[in-house]
Amino acid sequence: MVTKIEKDEISGTPTTGHEWDGIRELNTPLPRWWLYTFYGTVIWGLAYTIAYPAWPMLSSATPGILGWSSRAALEEQVTAARAAQQANLDKIAAMSVDDILKDPQLLAFAQAGGAAAFKVNCVQCHGSGAAGGVGYPNLNDDDWLWGGTPDALYTTLRNGIRYTANADTRDSQMPAFGADGILTPEQIDDVTNYTVSLSGGGADAARAKAGKAVFAENCASCHGEDGKGGRDFGAPNLTDGIWLYGGSLDQVKAQIVKPRLGVMPAWSHRLDDATIKELAVYVHSLGGGEAAEATTQ
Amino acid sequence: MVELISKLGGDTQDVDRHEAEAVNKAQNRSLYASRVAIHPKTVHGTFRRLKWILLVVLLGIYYVSPWLRWTRPGDAPDQAILIDLANRRFYFFFIEIWPQEFYYVAGLLIMAGVGLFLVTSLFGRAWCGYACPQTVWTDLYVWVESRIEGDRNARIKLDAAPWSLSKLSRRSAKLAIWLLIAVATGGFWVFYFADAPTLLRELVTGDATSTAYFTIAILTATTFTFAGFMREQVCTYMCPWPRIQGAMLDEDSLIVTYNAWRGEPRMAGRKKAEAQGQRLGDCVDCNACVAVCPMGIDIRDGNQLECINCALCIDACNAVMDKVGKPRGLINYTTARIYAENAAGQHGHWTWRRLLRPRTLIYFSLWAAVGLFMLFTLVHRSQLDVNVVPDRNPLFVTLSDGAVRNGYTVKILNKRQEERVFRLGIEGLPGASMEMVGDSDTRARSFDITVPPDRLRAVKIYVTTGDPEVLEDDRRNFHFQLEELGAAGEPERARYDAIFHAPGEKE
Repeated sequence: MVTKIEKDEISGTPTTGHEWDGIRELNTPLPRWWLYTFYGTVIWGLAYTIAYPAWPMLSSATPGILGWSSRAALEEQVTAARAAQQANLDKIAAMSVDDILKDPQLLAFAQAGGAAAFKVNCVQCHGSGAAGGVGYPNLNDDDWLWGGTPDALYTTLRNGIRYTANADTRDSQMPAFGADGILTPEQIDDVTNYTVSLSGGGADAARAKAGKAVFAENCASCHGEDGKGGRDFGAPNLTDGIWLYGGSLDQVKAQIVKPRLGVMPAWSHRLDDATIKELAVYVHSLGGGEAAEATTQ
Repeated sequence: MVELISKLGGDTQDVDRHEAEAVNKAQNRSLYASRVAIHPKTVHGTFRRLKWILLVVLLGIYYVSPWLRWTRPGDAPDQAILIDLANRRFYFFFIEIWPQEFYYVAGLLIMAGVGLFLVTSLFGRAWCGYACPQTVWTDLYVWVESRIEGDRNARIKLDAAPWSLSKLSRRSAKLAIWLLIAVATGGFWVFYFADAPTLLRELVTGDATSTAYFTIAILTATTFTFAGFMREQVCTYMCPWPRIQGAMLDEDSLIVTYNAWRGEPRMAGRKKAEAQGQRLGDCVDCNACVAVCPMGIDIRDGNQLECINCALCIDACNAVMDKVGKPRGLINYTTARIYAENAAGQHGHWTWRRLLRPRTLIYFSLWAAVGLFMLFTLVHRSQLDVNVVPDRNPLFVTLSDGAVRNGYTVKILNKRQEERVFRLGIEGLPGASMEMVGDSDTRARSFDITVPPDRLRAVKIYVTTGDPEVLEDDRRNFHFQLEELGAAGEPERARYDAIFHAPGEKE
């Protein structure tokens, strides 16, 4: 290993001193501007690690003397956003859902807020498009078990349905006509056919005729003489084509034999009033909301 | 002290011989050489005057344009030329471009490109020598330098002189003025993107956005560096245009040419040679052409990449030719074809007729065609645009009376500067009625929608139908129809095809 640093004749630059098979390498110095820029970046990098969170420790990291953290920055942004919305939220908390629906600017705000809250709290049961499914009501249509007026929606949201922890919860108890032996299987078949015939489905005409009497005795008290439902009891309208648990003969029969009774949480236990009002506005705006009832005064 | 000028002898007594060497001579090329400072000598003449006029005009346009006002109705900004990035609009006097119409900018760029080809085929490398921002700003900076530090020889002496108070004060003054011009250049760039008077006030009081300050800082730095220090290096090493020119110039392109057939053999002290009866060329080897060249090259070496065709050497040589009583045009704008004619002994000279040849005519037709096409589309631009976004989740909703409902978000663009009312209806869907969210709950077959000026309005529409024929099909095509109400002339119409989803046949 010969270290012989010579000066190259042509360029005047010294060589590195090593030789490989007669080939030598010029040791051209790095350009000064490049070198100082490089030193600058090194110093900048070190200063950066002191200023900002950088060095990993066993179970944490150095926080940096500036005290910046992305978590804190996010919290700042969320707080700022909420503060910017506070004026509208206060207005919403003070107004009734009816009045919010009438104010166009507040309506837009409430719809947006309701849509956001819906995505977090409601889509798990009611579906991402609020179309529901078997056993979960479709909030887009105009068929409501407990009413689709702004006030009714608000009350349902606040108190839930069959939510035992809430004293004011909506409650309907359809008897288990089959499981509890209130009706005979023959009677159940008849009344099933009658029920399906009410909405024009394919029912056995003879059985339907027989079922009419069974209906008048057992079902009309809640579902109404004409089967159009009773909102006070949460009894569905049996004459339309919308069925919560399915409209085929078998599905209606299953519901009569042993009714499935769904539960909806009482959101007043979990969300603040303004959010619940926003949700009511949102659901009402999905297309099936009913006009507010005129006060009979 | 180096003698930079000497007098030539004989009948050329009153002609200075400049000590000037071209920086790109083949003889002194090494593997790497640092930049040699070039101090072009001041020259007077036709082309110098032309360059000054163009400089004033171009810089004038650049600095004055943001301040031009153009009143527009409503809240629209009143600046004539404005690129409003925040509101996504481009304003140019009476033209307003929305982001969807960005292809107009593409069209303008195509015209700029073809236009450059056209100008090159007509007048050669005219862009580089007269109009390029690099040339214009470098010219301005060199002028400032010559006013403060003196002409070429004085500047060369100052470069070589040791640091003294006078040198320091001259240099600082020059750099200060350069910096001022650079800040003004960078500053005026941002005025195209915001309302100029407002932004100027904000900049001065410190209220402008950091983006504005940052942009100005960057453009100041680039102007200062490119025009103050890098100068010809930008043209020689950075810019692609000189290399494209190499491919674009042909034997009919006008190039600044040294007519060697007339100038050679060149000689400086010629009394003795003439006495001996030698036939000499018109070039007296005074090197004036090299001394005035801002690129530091010798045009007598022929057409080269570094020559930006600024024609200052033409002015310089013409002045010398006048002094020695020889005809002008030893260096002039000429084509390779004419040069060959002259070299062969035929007396060729350039006429304006020579501009009309297939290449120029084709470029011109292309350029004009693109321009006319753009003009045509601009004039016939529709001022109304409608887009319909159907609800995808859920596709349809079955109502209690068995009818089916679909939701659509209808977006109406009103591109006029006045509020307009449109009637929205549907066609092709039997038994259908619409509901507009925000309107009363009544169902109707059409709705009147007011759209504010220069805005997009989105309305949610529910279309409901109970027609059994529609409900049997899982998809049915229909269309939304939009018609302007209360139009002064022909009411504008728009149409958007949509699909109605239904449960379809049950098996």
